[in-house]
Amino acid sequence: MSTTTETVALPTGTYNADTVHSSVGFEVAYASAGIFSGSVNTFQAQLADGVLSGSAEIASLVTKDENLQAHLLSPEFFDAEQYPEVGFVATQGRRDGDRAQFDGEITIKGVTRPATLTGTIAGPVADAWGNERWILTLETTIDRTEFGITWNAPLPDGSKALADEVTLKANLALVKAA
Amino acid sequence: MRILGISGSLRRDSHNTALLRAVAELLPPGDELVLWDGLRDVPPYDQDLDDAPAPQAVQALRAAVTAADLVLFSTPEYNSSIPGTLKNALDWASRPHASHVFRNKPVAVIGASAGTFGAVWAQAELRKVLAAMGARVAEVEVAVGHAAEKFDDEGRLVDEDVRAQLADALAVLAAATPQGRAAASLLPAVA
Repeated sequence: MSTTTETVALPTGTYNADTVHSSVGFEVAYASAGIFSGSVNTFQAQLADGVLSGSAEIASLVTKDENLQAHLLSPEFFDAEQYPEVGFVATQGRRDGDRAQFDGEITIKGVTRPATLTGTIAGPVADAWGNERWILTLETTIDRTEFGITWNAPLPDGSKALADEVTLKANLALVKAA
Repeated sequence: MRILGISGSLRRDSHNTALLRAVAELLPPGDELVLWDGLRDVPPYDQDLDDAPAPQAVQALRAAVTAADLVLFSTPEYNSSIPGTLKNALDWASRPHASHVFRNKPVAVIGASAGTFGAVWAQAELRKVLAAMGARVAEVEVAVGHAAEKFDDEGRLVDEDVRAQLADALAVLAAATPQGRAAASLLPAVA
């Protein structure tokens, strides 16, 4: 039995995220009951000759419970006033068929840590306007406490309400720059 | 620096109100502490009233918070927690959630109690509430236990150790306001 590995280069040239058809967000286990998720409305991302980078305005964070907004943007979580942006910069990108991986650094709340984003890549596709597009679907898991986001609350059984592990997700529709 | 002082006690001879007065006496020229005396007038919070004009006492509280660089609370401890009147006022002040006056507002908590521990549990509860509201909670704690022995009959602080703790707290608070943070940001960054 043999396996065949198809390795294809990442696209060259510059591609910018079409933010209407892209999303950037997080998921975290909450109170052993389910997943709490949120996303940012204002962000940008770019793939330039295989180097992925992006940033988001954390004040544009939305969750399903608007009552949590003030707390999430406060010093106990993102401290949006002091640290208005989160970001990712890849130092190396790889593609293996429809799989993609980007090694780089992620910055949240002023703390920069190494992170590897993995997922899928699809393209090129020509959209309805004749532009070349690539679709990247990536995620990574971080320990939020390493970024100074340490809030928690004890549950009646003594366990913690909010997990330390957070999954960051990005669905990017990247359009070739004119 | 303009400090709004909020005492969690309505009692006429409140040790917590007296503690805030003691803080006022320690302020350098140019700084001031204004005591908020409207706690008694805040009606019970009712979410049905969110869309109506807020009661006058609530409007006054919100205006006072907005005008302050920092809000300093001094709370007693009732049944291991903060007084209901104080929590009620904060519930009012924290509406609407998207734009309320305590978001990013530098705040700090101190407290006094007749017992040994100086309202430390109430202080912790109040910090939790303020943080959940989105305030910027400064890391200071002054816990004045056996308060009856620390103030004279006129409500003047007579304990020099407490006075020194208050002075230390004020030094931290000066750096906690936007002006203080701006001054700190001029210092060389530490990696």
